[in-house]
Amino acid sequence: MTSMTARPADDRSPEPAQAAIRTQDLRKTYKSSRGNVDAVRGIDLNVPPGEFFGLLGPNGAGKSTTIGMLTTLVAPTGGAAWVAGHDVTRDPVAVKRRIGVVTQNNTLDMQLTVAENLQFRSRFFGLSKGAAARRADQLIDAFGLGDRKNAMADQLSGGQARRLMIARALVHQPDVLFLDEPTAGLDPQTRVNLWDILQVLHEQGQTILLTTHYMEEAEALCDRIAVVDHGQVLAEGSLDDLLADAGAQTIVTVRYAEPVPGDLAERAGLAGRPGVTKVEADGDQLRVFSGDAEGLLGDLVSLGAANGLHVRDASEAKPSLETAFLALTGREYRE
Amino acid sequence: MATTTQPAGIGAASGEDKQVASSIAALITDAPVPHPTLLKTFGAMMAREFRVLGRNAPSTFIRAVMQPLLFAFVFAYVLPKIGSGFGSAGAGAGAGASAAGGVTFATILVPGLMGSMFLMQGMFGTTMPLVMEFSWQRTIEDRALAPVPIQVLAIQKITAGAIQALIGAAIVFPVVYWVHAPGQGPHVHVTNWFLLVAVMVFASTLTASLGLWLGTVVDPRKIQMVFAVVLLPLTMLGCVYYPWSALHVIRWLQIVVLANPMVYMTEGLRAALTPGLGHMALWAIMLALVGGTAVFGALAVRTFRNRVVN
Repeated sequence: MTSMTARPADDRSPEPAQAAIRTQDLRKTYKSSRGNVDAVRGIDLNVPPGEFFGLLGPNGAGKSTTIGMLTTLVAPTGGAAWVAGHDVTRDPVAVKRRIGVVTQNNTLDMQLTVAENLQFRSRFFGLSKGAAARRADQLIDAFGLGDRKNAMADQLSGGQARRLMIARALVHQPDVLFLDEPTAGLDPQTRVNLWDILQVLHEQGQTILLTTHYMEEAEALCDRIAVVDHGQVLAEGSLDDLLADAGAQTIVTVRYAEPVPGDLAERAGLAGRPGVTKVEADGDQLRVFSGDAEGLLGDLVSLGAANGLHVRDASEAKPSLETAFLALTGREYRE
Repeated sequence: MATTTQPAGIGAASGEDKQVASSIAALITDAPVPHPTLLKTFGAMMAREFRVLGRNAPSTFIRAVMQPLLFAFVFAYVLPKIGSGFGSAGAGAGAGASAAGGVTFATILVPGLMGSMFLMQGMFGTTMPLVMEFSWQRTIEDRALAPVPIQVLAIQKITAGAIQALIGAAIVFPVVYWVHAPGQGPHVHVTNWFLLVAVMVFASTLTASLGLWLGTVVDPRKIQMVFAVVLLPLTMLGCVYYPWSALHVIRWLQIVVLANPMVYMTEGLRAALTPGLGHMALWAIMLALVGGTAVFGALAVRTFRNRVVN
């Protein structure tokens, strides 16, 4: 999918019922006395049922505001959005019936126990007392919270709280599961543990929209990724699409013991090599961006040797979301 | 730089992992089908409210009982006891009223104390939870995501607050009956039960609506100020210790306090409990209580929704 260009303009009359999530020029401007803030500036998304979709972007990119609008708790100031076929502004109750939401902040009911959090949420969604208790037990077992069942929600560790929040979002078998930065602030082990859970849910056909500012998380989990920054989608597609679209490069860096002569790259004709898009000489380093890095590293080492330079260090960075992001935004990714 | 697409641990699933995976999978394949209705959701939210109230029962009870207990002790026991020594002038309104009309101060105090309990408990019951729910964690989102309009959640909160206010006010009866000096018990005579029920229901919903409205328009960090600037003056100038008609000697104050919703609660209770002692015109009381509930209720539902959906 080539998605660096604007959305096609011909599908203005969507059939939102088919998509799990669809947005059209979705916008949010926060008005305040200190001036307006455009948090989301025209986002178009189309997520089919069963997809694991990721919104990747740095903090403040507009991810949470987008999730807020899709989950009816933030009122859009422009555009439209449908979740599970229902308009989020016209029929928020129908949307709420069909979504499960795990917010970034801990919104567990601190005055209830772990089991009660699940039981009452089940009852909010119309389960009888008995059915709610059974569903709660099932969720507690699956999420490994058995020994914390009767603990108050405010006594849980960060990882336990997050697991309980995901469990709570699943009580009513939602069509779409929204996860806003689900692993932020968790230790690596807990994070991988959550990844496992999410992958199993995905394998069962659960549609999931996840926001994250961890590149490896988006890479590990998502079928498709939208890279967002400054309230806009910069690129969208599968990981491979993104890397291809962004012209993602392998970056070969060689560090010599001596300063690199300014004209070395030019003399060696590096820029003319097939696949090379950029050559940077920086002090004792030579950095080459190339789409075809085969043999490049070896050539740089021998190039140095031929010019009396001794290699101290050499590295090759494979194309990644990080290099793609750099190519898209022209700046370092800030987590 | 990570380029692999498999997180550690997934490829090499042990037996235990597989078991966990199948129980997670069962959450999707073996799930009950929910059929939420407005009534079921509302009922479940009230059930949650009672569960929390029940869990906090000891502290809730102490909070509710301390004020009437101390008031009754001081005004119906201590003051009448020392009042005989002070004479009618020196022992405050209690002994004064007692001496003047042959009416015990407890009798005057019952409606006033109930009115102040309505205000305290109704506002505590709605405003205080909001402070937590709207703080940075925004736990309000827990219930805001329930499959009902946000307005229903607001009405549920008013209902829960009103029930707390009713319980708080009802506690006044036994306290005042038991705590008084000999012969200083209250003389309460209900001739119109319908009036009493109507006044209590509207007084409690009015205070709960006021509480929800204040809790949504005031910055949670400044909520302490609300209690100083709103609750205290409303209580002190709410005709708790004297009937509104007695204020005719300070005409300007008698007019100013008409803006105080609590005046209508205490006067309404006087009309229901001690009709013989005189009270404000019934139509004015009911107009203020019903109208106030409607106005502040509608206002609170609106401001609450705007706070939740931003």
